[in-house]
Amino acid sequence: MKPPKNHQKQHQQIPKPKANKPIKEILWVSLVATCIKLLLIPAYHSTDFEVHRNWLAITHSLPLSQWYSDQTSPWTLDYPPFFAHFEHFLSFFASLVDPIMVHLHHGLNYKSLPTIYFQRLTVIISDFVLVFGIYRLTRNLGYKERVLIWVLVIFSPGLMIVDHLHFQYNGFLLGMLLISISALEEGNDLLGGFVFAILLCFKHLFAVAAPVYFVYLLRHYCRGGLIRGFGRLVIMGSAVVTVFAAAYGPFLYHGQIQQVFHRMFPFGRGLCHAYWAPNFWVFYIIFDKVLAFLLVKMGFNVQAPTASFTGGLVGDSTPFAVLPRITPMITFGFVLLAIAPCLIKAWREPQPRMITRWIAYAYTCGFMFGWHVHEKASLHFVIPLAIIALKSVEDAKHYFYLSIVSCYSLFPLLFEAQEYPIKVLLLLLHASLMWIGFSSHFATTARKTAESEQKRYDKTRFVIGWFGKLYLVGLLAVEIYGQLVHPILFTERLPFLPLMLISIYCAFGMMYSWMWQLRQIIKLH
Amino acid sequence: MEKKKKATNPTSDDSESNLWSFLTPRGTTASFVCITLFAILVRVAVSIHPYSGAGTPPKYGDYEAQRHWMEITLNLPVKEWYLNSTVNDLKYWGLDYPPLTAYQSYIHGLFLRYFDPQSVALFTSRGYESYIGKLLMRWTVLLSDVLIFFPAVIYFVTVYYSGTHDGPKSGNMWHFAMILLNPCLILIDHGHFQYNCISLGFTVAAVSAILSDRDIFGSILFTLALNHKQMSAYFAPAFFGYLFGKCLRRQNPFLEVLKLGLAVLGTFIVLWWPYLYSLEAPLEVLSRLAPFERGIYEDYVANFWCTTSVIVKWKRLFSTQALRILSLVSTVSTCLPSMMLLILAPSRSNFLFGLLSSALSFYFFSFQVHEKSILLPLLPASFLAIDEPLIFRWLTYFALLSMFPLLRRDELILPYIALYGLFVLLYNAPVQRKDIRETRSHFTTLKYFLITSSLLLHIVYLMVTPPRRYPYLFEAVMMLLCFSQFFFIFMYTNMKQWEFLKLSSQTVREKKNI
Repeated sequence: MKPPKNHQKQHQQIPKPKANKPIKEILWVSLVATCIKLLLIPAYHSTDFEVHRNWLAITHSLPLSQWYSDQTSPWTLDYPPFFAHFEHFLSFFASLVDPIMVHLHHGLNYKSLPTIYFQRLTVIISDFVLVFGIYRLTRNLGYKERVLIWVLVIFSPGLMIVDHLHFQYNGFLLGMLLISISALEEGNDLLGGFVFAILLCFKHLFAVAAPVYFVYLLRHYCRGGLIRGFGRLVIMGSAVVTVFAAAYGPFLYHGQIQQVFHRMFPFGRGLCHAYWAPNFWVFYIIFDKVLAFLLVKMGFNVQAPTASFTGGLVGDSTPFAVLPRITPMITFGFVLLAIAPCLIKAWREPQPRMITRWIAYAYTCGFMFGWHVHEKASLHFVIPLAIIALKSVEDAKHYFYLSIVSCYSLFPLLFEAQEYPIKVLLLLLHASLMWIGFSSHFATTARKTAESEQKRYDKTRFVIGWFGKLYLVGLLAVEIYGQLVHPILFTERLPFLPLMLISIYCAFGMMYSWMWQLRQIIKLH
Repeated sequence: MEKKKKATNPTSDDSESNLWSFLTPRGTTASFVCITLFAILVRVAVSIHPYSGAGTPPKYGDYEAQRHWMEITLNLPVKEWYLNSTVNDLKYWGLDYPPLTAYQSYIHGLFLRYFDPQSVALFTSRGYESYIGKLLMRWTVLLSDVLIFFPAVIYFVTVYYSGTHDGPKSGNMWHFAMILLNPCLILIDHGHFQYNCISLGFTVAAVSAILSDRDIFGSILFTLALNHKQMSAYFAPAFFGYLFGKCLRRQNPFLEVLKLGLAVLGTFIVLWWPYLYSLEAPLEVLSRLAPFERGIYEDYVANFWCTTSVIVKWKRLFSTQALRILSLVSTVSTCLPSMMLLILAPSRSNFLFGLLSSALSFYFFSFQVHEKSILLPLLPASFLAIDEPLIFRWLTYFALLSMFPLLRRDELILPYIALYGLFVLLYNAPVQRKDIRETRSHFTTLKYFLITSSLLLHIVYLMVTPPRRYPYLFEAVMMLLCFSQFFFIFMYTNMKQWEFLKLSSQTVREKKNI
C-alpha cells in the first residue's frame, strides 16, 4: 500500500490547473448523461413505477395521518417519512401536469404519456443531488482522478439500469450518502452525521452503515476528554434526534407510529427476493439442495420443503430440507458479526480517510448476509467504492470486477428484448472507460514512481490477471448460456435456471469482493 | 460516455487540464472504441421511440415501405420487383430506389423471415406491426449503420488526419464524434426509419478512398452509393469535377479517365445484371426512380421551389413537363460553377467544399426534394467540421429545424430535444481543437438573434395554434428562415471555391517565376 500513497502525494503536489472550471465540466459530463437518460424515457419500467405513482397519489390525496394506513393499492407506502414528504412535494407539480396521476382511485395503473414523462423527469432531475455529491467529494483531488471518478459514477450502468430503466430514486439517495461521506472525509463530522440521519429518514435500508457511523462519530467527533466529548455527544445527539423528531414526530402525534414501523419493516417477507440477490444465502440454499439430494440418494427419507425462500414465514414451515432454518434475527447477527472487524478498527483508529471504505464495507455485509436483500442494494457500496478506486492498483482492480459483476447481476431486471442491447452497451461502455481510465492512470503514475525498477513497475500497473480474465469469460459464458443455449436445450422449461446461474456466478464475485474488502480493512492503517 | 476522448499530446503543458486526459495515454484506438460504443448506445436509445407512420393505416409510413420492400423482394423473382402485378401493387409503396436498395431489402428480409416469418409474408403482412417486428427492423438499420457507416467514418478520419493535418489528437476524436453523432442522420435513420446510413456510408468511404488517391476504388464505392439511393447524385458533380480535374493533370489523362469510366460502368453492369436481359427492363426500373408525377415539391421543404412558391405559384404557372426542364436547367447551372472550379483547381479541400455546394444546389433546385435530403449537404459539412466549425454548426442547427415538422408528425420530439442537446454539448465539448475558434465579430449579435428565433420557433410551433386562414404559417416561417441560412452557406462555399482557384493559380504563377 505504500506506493499508492506516494502517488497520491505526488499528485497533490501538482498545482491545480487554474484554467479549469470544475463545475462547468462536471455539468458537461452530467448533461451528456442526461441526454441519454431523456432518450430512455419510453423504455421499459417495472412495477416500481406504479409504486411511486401510487405514493404520489397517497400523499397528495390523503392527510398525513393516513399516509401509512392507506390500502387502496397493494403498493403501500413503505419508505420513511421524508421520502413520503418528497413524494408529497412532487405530487404538487404532478397534479399540475396530469391530475389523474395523483388521484387515489382513478390513478391506479395510470400510464398516460405526461405521467411517464413527469415521473422519469423527477428521477433525472433529482439525480443532480448525486452530481453535487460527487463534485463535493472530488473537489480536492487531482484533475485526472476527479474526471475519471465523475465518469465512473455518472455513467454507472447499474444506476442507469435501476433508476432510469427499472425506475427508482437511488441516484438522489446515494447523492446524499456521498455528501455525508464527503463531510466526514474533510472532518466535518457534525454535518456528516446530520446528513446521514436525514438519509435514514428517506430510506431506512441505508441504516446498515449506522453502526459504523455510530462508532466512528463517537470516537472521532466526541473525543478530547470526558467533558468536551460529552458536550459533543450531546450536540451530535440533538442534531440526530431533531432530524428523527421532524420525521417521525407528526406520526407520533397522530398515533400512527406503530403503523409506520409496521410498514417499514415487513418481516413477513422471505429470506430472498423473487430473484435471488447474489449473496451468501445463495450458497446456503444450494448447499441445502445438494445435501438433500445426496441424502435421498443414500436412502434417507428427506421431506421436501413446503415453503419457498421468497415467500414469507408462514407458520412453522421451513424452505430448507436439511439445514437449519434462517430467521431475520440470524441474518441480523450475521451482518453484525461481519461488520465487527471494521467497527473495532473504527473504534481503535477513527480516521477520516478510511471512512469511505468502512461505510462501503458495511453495505457489502448488509448485502451479503441481510434478510430479503434486493440485487439493487449492491449499488450502495459500488458507488461509494468508485471514490477510492484510484487509491491503488489493487483498489482499481477490485472495483473493475465489482462494478462489472454488480451491473451484470442487475441484468435480469430488464428481461425484454428491446432493452437488451441497451443494458449490454451501457455495461460495455462503462467497462471500456474503466479499463482505459485505470490502465492509463496507473501507467502514468507507475512511470513516475518506479522508472528504474521494472518489477515494481509491473506491480503498479493495471493489468487483468489470468484468473480475472477467466472469471470475466465465465460471465460471458453464463450470459451466452442464458440467451442462446438454454432456450435451445429446454425451450420454455426451467425458466429460472439461467437466473439461478447468474445469481450463483455473481455470488462468487460478490463473495470475493466482500473478503477482499475485509482484508483491506484489516490490513490498512 | 465520453465521446470525445481526447488524446492530447502528453508533452504539451496543458495535458493535465484536458477533460479527456484520463484516456490519453491509451492512444486513439481506445478513444475510437469509446466513441463508437457511445454512438451505438445513442442509436439504440433513439430506436425505442416511435417510427414514421406507426399505427396509422392505410398507408402507414417509411417503416411500412421498407418492410413492404422486404416482403416483395423476398417473395417475388428479381425481374418482377419493379413491375406492377396482382401481387406487387406499385401504388402501395412500390419499390422506387435503385437495385442495391432492393438487394439490401432482400438480405434484411431473410433476417426478418428467420425470426418472424409473419412479418414478411406476401400480402398478409401489409401493415404488420408488432413488438418483435419493430425490434428486428430497428436492428437491421443498426446493423447496416455499424457495418457500413461506422467503418467508413473511421476510414475517413484516418485518411483525413494522416500526414498533413496535425494538431491535437483530441481534435481528431472530436471530429470523429461529430460525423458519427450527427443528430439529423440518427433521427431519420433510427427514429423516422430509413437506411440513409448505407448510401451515406458508401459516400463517406468513397470520399476517403479518393482523398487517399485510390480513385478507382473510390469511384466504385460512389457507384454503390448511387445505386442505393439515386439522391447520391447530389454529390456526382463534385466527384466528377475532382476526379476529372485530377486525371487532366496526370501524364495520360485519357487513359486515367477511361479506367475510372470502366470501373463505374462495370459496377453498374454487375448491379443491374438481372435487368439487362432486354432493352425495356432497365428503362422500366429507371422510370420507377424518377417520380415526376408527384410534383416539384411536397410539404414545406426549405428549397428554392417551395420557398419561392409563396410568391410565384410554380405549380399553377407551368406544366409538370416545363417544370422538369426548368428544374433540370437551374440545378445544372447552379452546380456548374462549383464543378468547373473543381476541374480547374482539384485540391482536397476544394473537393470537400465542392461536395457541399453541389449537394446544396441539388437540394435547392432539383425535382421532388424531401426534408430528409438535407442529410446529403450535411455530410460534407461534417467533413469540414474542423476547418469550418461555424458552417457545420449552422447547417446542423437549421437542418434540425427544417426537419422539425416532420419529426413532430412522427412523435419524435423527445429524441429531437435530447439529440439537439447532445449536439450542442458535444460541439462545445471541452476539447482542444486545432484552433479555429469561431471569430467573435460583428456577426455575434446576428448569430444570437437567429439562434434565439429558431428556438422560439420550435416552441411556438408546438404550443400555438396557427390562425385559421394560414394553417401552415409556422411551417412557412421555418422554411423561409432555413432557406435563407442554407442559401447563405451555399454562397459561402462557392466563394470559398473561388478562393481555392485563385490560390492555385497563384501557386502555379509562383512556380513559373521560380
